[in-house]
Amino acid sequence: MMKRVITTTVINQSGVLNRVTGLLMKRQFNIESITVGHTEQPGISKMTFVVHVEDQRKLEQLLKQLQKQIDVLKVNDISDKAIVTRELALIKVLSPPAVRSEITSIIEPFRATVIDMSKNVITVQVTGDPEKVEAFIDLVRPYGIKEMTRTGATAFVRENQKTPSQQLSIL
Amino acid sequence: MSVQVNTKQAEALGGDVQKQAVQGADIFIQSLQNEGVEMIFGYPGGAVLPIYDALYKNPIPHILARHEQGAIHAAEGYARVSGKTGVVIATSGPGATNLVTGIADAMMDSLPLVVFTGQVASAVIGTDAFQEADIVGITQPITKHNYQVKDVNDLPRIIHEAFHIASTGRPGPVLVDIPKNVSNEVFTMAEVKQTEVNLPGYQPTTTPNFLQIQKVAQAIQKAEKPLVLAGAGVLHAKASEELTTFIEQTGLPVTNTLLGLGTIHGEHEQFLGMAGMHGTYAANMAICECDLLINFGARFDDRLTGNLEHFAPNAQVIHIDIDPAEIGKNVPTDIPIVADAKEALQALLKLGIKTDGIEQWSNHLNSMKEEYPLHYKREEEGILPQEAIELLHKHTGGDAIVTTDVGQHQMWAAQYYKFNHPDHWVTSGGLGTMGFGFPAAIGAQLAKPKETVIAITGDGGFQMTLQELSLLQESQIPVKVVILNNQCLGMVRQWQQTFYQERYSQSLMPSQPDFVKLAEAYDLEGYKVTSLDEADEVFEKAMNSNKPVLIDCRVKQIENVYPMVAPGKGLHEMLGVK
Repeated sequence: MMKRVITTTVINQSGVLNRVTGLLMKRQFNIESITVGHTEQPGISKMTFVVHVEDQRKLEQLLKQLQKQIDVLKVNDISDKAIVTRELALIKVLSPPAVRSEITSIIEPFRATVIDMSKNVITVQVTGDPEKVEAFIDLVRPYGIKEMTRTGATAFVRENQKTPSQQLSIL
Repeated sequence: MSVQVNTKQAEALGGDVQKQAVQGADIFIQSLQNEGVEMIFGYPGGAVLPIYDALYKNPIPHILARHEQGAIHAAEGYARVSGKTGVVIATSGPGATNLVTGIADAMMDSLPLVVFTGQVASAVIGTDAFQEADIVGITQPITKHNYQVKDVNDLPRIIHEAFHIASTGRPGPVLVDIPKNVSNEVFTMAEVKQTEVNLPGYQPTTTPNFLQIQKVAQAIQKAEKPLVLAGAGVLHAKASEELTTFIEQTGLPVTNTLLGLGTIHGEHEQFLGMAGMHGTYAANMAICECDLLINFGARFDDRLTGNLEHFAPNAQVIHIDIDPAEIGKNVPTDIPIVADAKEALQALLKLGIKTDGIEQWSNHLNSMKEEYPLHYKREEEGILPQEAIELLHKHTGGDAIVTTDVGQHQMWAAQYYKFNHPDHWVTSGGLGTMGFGFPAAIGAQLAKPKETVIAITGDGGFQMTLQELSLLQESQIPVKVVILNNQCLGMVRQWQQTFYQERYSQSLMPSQPDFVKLAEAYDLEGYKVTSLDEADEVFEKAMNSNKPVLIDCRVKQIENVYPMVAPGKGLHEMLGVK
């Protein structure tokens, strides 16, 4: 299994998200996360998926099937490029006064922020690449996670590409 | 432009009466006329009343099927033989859902259709209104694209785009869902003009990359055992003439997919017959043994390839397809070319490719063709289904348009009816739809009124769409319905015999209507034939008649389609070879 980050630029028609996720379901691709939002161009949205694919052939098939959609303008597999990836997570952690300062000391190095607080629970917002978010969750888990929500990754290709990127042979 | 001007309503809307106030439905009809639509297959209902009212005023010929499924299969038959886009109208809810099988069928076999469905009024969409169904959601995975019209001003653009998408690139069905208030809406606009299509996300490639074409030429010159596989892409591109010239110029042997039959003359000396699950020995062995496989417009479907591990194990594979997603999907490809089959063949023809030293290979294939032809064991009495097909071929000289459903009769028709012409074979290949053949024959006959059209069906499939006999009666459409009646679901029974120790679970249908009386009930000629002599006589009469005829042709029940590649096996593991 390979984990790939794929971005698509789509025309912001009603149902376009449905079309793309429906296609992935129909062709049995496994989505780990998906984010959608507007771009700098009006009427154009960008989706970022993290997917698991079996092999190179399956990956090529996925990219081609996405490209075939009428409302999809561009498809890029950016996994092998120099990219920046960000995700946001909101986590409610049990924090009775006894351990609160301990938890705060974990929050600090992750540059996470406390955005809500009640008697026994604090709500933490953490952003970063998915691995960092993962690491933070692992550290606070022992204290008890009451509730959690994650946005999924969104990604950009870096302006300066230092490593030569692998090209797919799509004609 | 001849649309009725409803001054009152236009005034109420503050419209300029002089400018022409029209209804959405009128714009709809005018847009269809602009697309050159010759006929519509459809069925009315509540949500399409405004459209049918406009149709009443501006008649484009409308074929009133007796079930929406019949309408869409007829449109598919029309599209397949004419190369034009089939147009279907149905109402919302059940009307729309009854089209689903036909839409999926057209998607699988790449048939250009534009399907219009009525929808409940915009204001009540999403409230589970009477006859509401989310047909856009339902058909998303089985259409090339679909639309719901939200604003009547978008209607002309959407219709134009729908026809463009359906008929270009790899053809396919496009659905346009029109809420009733949109077709009812009165608004003012200038005459509907066809604007340029602006679809930045849809730019099909039709011209082959020249460097890749040169690689093909080199590969052909180098190959010792080359083979051409021609699929339906060649027919969609109207390139069977180019294919034949290419085959004759190079001397390459050629085989067909099920849907590709007719790309080359069925009795051409370089033609090995159909390949695949029920393909000929020569064609399947040629695939196993070849060192170069050149695929023009076939999608390497599993019924063609058998077990992929054993498919063309020694071959360098060239795949020419207009749909890039088909290339490398099932079979790893050495030389991929995204192009229209006609343009690719023209480019290859220009190079004047000559093969060198393939005589030994050709001789080998020819001897396999002679030694292991399709065969069946004649019997003293009764009719074998294979004999019935051969008789039909005899009485039509291979010139007829033949349609089928799916199953044994389909395979025997594919094996024994040798087509002289392209676009004369209409069958449900990818989806394998029972009940397809008869209505498809009606559409084919309407597209080609002068040709002989035979619907070869089984007794099972015919009973799924026989209500369309009304159409034959009503318009005297001279389709010849030949039911190969074995009183069972032949292919299901064959598999139960072969893989389930003859446990014929729910596949025998001894109870059925008297098909001759059924024909008579529709005021049609009907015959029942039980012997070869009878069949010979009735077929001759029927094929030369200009009236619709139904023939209940009783054939042997326990008869199997051979050769056969069992599921999961490679093409070299054929059963029932002589």
